[in-house]
Amino acid sequence: MTDKLPENGGYVAAAYLVFLALLLIYVAIMATRAGRLERELGDVLDIVQRDGAGEPGAGRQATGGSGPAEQRAPRGSEQ
Amino acid sequence: MPTTRKLYGTRLMLLSWAAVAVLGAGFALAAFYAPIEADQGFSQKIFYVHVPLAIVTLCGFVFGGVSAIQYLRSGDPRHDLRSYTAIHQSLIFCVGALITGSLWAKASWGQWWVWDEPTLVSFLIVFLLYATYQPLRFSIEDPERQSRYAAVFAVVAGAFVPINFIAVRLADPLIHPRVLNQAGGDLPGEMRIAFYTSLVGMALLFVTLYRFEMASKHARAQLKSIKRRLGEHATSTGGRSAAPRITPS
Repeated sequence: MTDKLPENGGYVAAAYLVFLALLLIYVAIMATRAGRLERELGDVLDIVQRDGAGEPGAGRQATGGSGPAEQRAPRGSEQ
Repeated sequence: MPTTRKLYGTRLMLLSWAAVAVLGAGFALAAFYAPIEADQGFSQKIFYVHVPLAIVTLCGFVFGGVSAIQYLRSGDPRHDLRSYTAIHQSLIFCVGALITGSLWAKASWGQWWVWDEPTLVSFLIVFLLYATYQPLRFSIEDPERQSRYAAVFAVVAGAFVPINFIAVRLADPLIHPRVLNQAGGDLPGEMRIAFYTSLVGMALLFVTLYRFEMASKHARAQLKSIKRRLGEHATSTGGRSAAPRITPS
């Protein structure tokens, strides 16, 4: 066993690193987008909660739909 | 504050871990289990990342074409979104296949690119063809027309992929090896195990990223819809995008 890379080992390492780099860049872009989406979703939830606190049933009406945002929406007149 | 796990769901998280595990296992098998090829030596190890990337890319393009057919038949924008996402992602995989292929060519043949080789040139043509897909979408303002034209493009280009693949198979190879043939290829058992594990891992990775992208686009569409209902201008979520406009279910 030697410490030296096999012949053409640099190209092999480069190929796998390129793949890894592409994957990481793609995942980083997706994570940034997901983070922004989460932030905006949080803002919307805050608005809905504020509206819901002041106006019974308003939060539920505002969200509508059947997606994850709707499931997480406040139920309105809790306070 | 909603978390990423809640945004994408547990199943998608499990799929992500499965993709990482299988692809990691495939690369580990390629590194430590598969023997060093007698002719090309250590540089043949690039095969286990390059070929799965290329195969998954072409399958992704074909899937984009199939989804486009479904869109043209039904008019359901979800199929258009599927087609768009598959093509968009295949393009990224295609870049990976081209770069890793070029590195392999340099290591094995001493040249970054061989213009006489039908396999290489045809793959580049496929890449350049699909590279025009997004500019096509961007250039059309009307969402209906944008989806329809993009779908027609995806169908024609998607049909070109298998035709191109068969034509290349029928052509005389110069130096690029034919891995998958009717005789099952010339791979010995250990190499075959490593290769198929990498291929399955790459396919899982593609599906995982595809589903993340789809979930993200659906969530964004729903958020826009909620904002609209709340009376806000949802300009910050939209931006300039060529992605299909979908209505949340």
